Amino acid sequence: MLGLALAALLLVLVNIYTDILSPVRNHLNVIATPFYWVTDLPKRFMNWSDDMATSGEDLLVENAALKQELLIHKRKLQTMAALAAENMRLRQLLNSAEMIQDRVLVAELIGVSPDPQRHTVVVNKGSNDDVYVGQPLLDAFGLMGQVVEVSLDHSVVLLATDSTHALPVQINRNGVRAVAEGVGDLYAMRLRHVSNTVDIRQGDLLVSSGLGQRFPSGYPVAEVASIVRDPGQPFATVIVRPMAQMNRSRHVLLVFSNFNGEH
Amino acid sequence: MVETVRNTWSMIAVSFVFALMLAVFPVGIEVQWVRPEFVALLGIYWAMYLPHRIGPGVLWVLGILQDVVEGTPLGLHALGLVVIAYICLLSYQRLRNFETWQQAFWVFVLVGIHQLFGNWVHSLSGNDAPVFLFLLPAFSSALCWPVLVFLLDRLRIRYRIN
Repeated sequence: MLGLALAALLLVLVNIYTDILSPVRNHLNVIATPFYWVTDLPKRFMNWSDDMATSGEDLLVENAALKQELLIHKRKLQTMAALAAENMRLRQLLNSAEMIQDRVLVAELIGVSPDPQRHTVVVNKGSNDDVYVGQPLLDAFGLMGQVVEVSLDHSVVLLATDSTHALPVQINRNGVRAVAEGVGDLYAMRLRHVSNTVDIRQGDLLVSSGLGQRFPSGYPVAEVASIVRDPGQPFATVIVRPMAQMNRSRHVLLVFSNFNGEH
Repeated sequence: MVETVRNTWSMIAVSFVFALMLAVFPVGIEVQWVRPEFVALLGIYWAMYLPHRIGPGVLWVLGILQDVVEGTPLGLHALGLVVIAYICLLSYQRLRNFETWQQAFWVFVLVGIHQLFGNWVHSLSGNDAPVFLFLLPAFSSALCWPVLVFLLDRLRIRYRIN
């Protein structure tokens, strides 16, 4: 009994302070897949029955709306193409590296962490689809997090709001750099070490800066929600609201960025 | 005889698989804080009625399995389950004679100890819960206990799980 408790304690310590067990874990994760698959079934059934029950008229309306949206996006893309070409020419003038288009893989969320103290989600792509540890995950609105465990056909993603996660960002308006760290709240993150005199305003968009060599630059991360400048404190307290819908998005994108983390 | 033993083990296994599924069933973050610890509840129940089969060893393995499935640090649930299995082994004779509501109090204490260990492990990696939120599952588990006893007693007697 005491032996078992000590063994568990030892396992915990080895697991938290070293990475020795991560290969073992990746193999064991195969056991976890069926559980997530089965508990996802009710949701899948609801989606399926929603699809089946939609009338033709509704579909036509939805189709028209989607076509309109596509048209708007295409118009934006046309100007984007010109801008991208211009950007490339300017970069060539400056002799700096060209921006490469990121390749993406569409994945679907199949589970969320059952533990409220850890913000992780499970997606349905794994090493069979070349997913690697450290790969960034996006949804339609912004950056969500990074892959921390890869199994054959599913992987575990640590969300940017987890209290052990931090990522380098910059303010889109003026390029000021900062580090956004999770605080364990799905709707808020905090900026670290922002001095009281920094030009930052409520509503500023924060984008990933690419400095950590892990997340590609330029993806929206968060919006500044509140700033408290207390002269008694060395740094301002900046609370930001993540752009990505951390607890709602079901369809997500895995980005193969050009620095490809730990392949 | 062999048939009964095999029957018993398969029923126990099925019940634990079911508990693990309930433990990872996707729910909103607010519900997650009060989700009862189904695996610990079943562990307490089986350790109370079949102490010759379900003890610290089985629950240790089960805890590792729960850690793998939930994605928590390996050993987190194993540690808590071993401790409550030990306490159950010391007290199952008294526990069986209690009224269900008295057992529910005992379950509150046991799951509370389980949660304390869990929160301690989480705190090692900086994930500890604010205030006493981590004790909420102990409350909800105690509330679930009478229902669980009602269902499992029928199952145990019907299928002669022993």
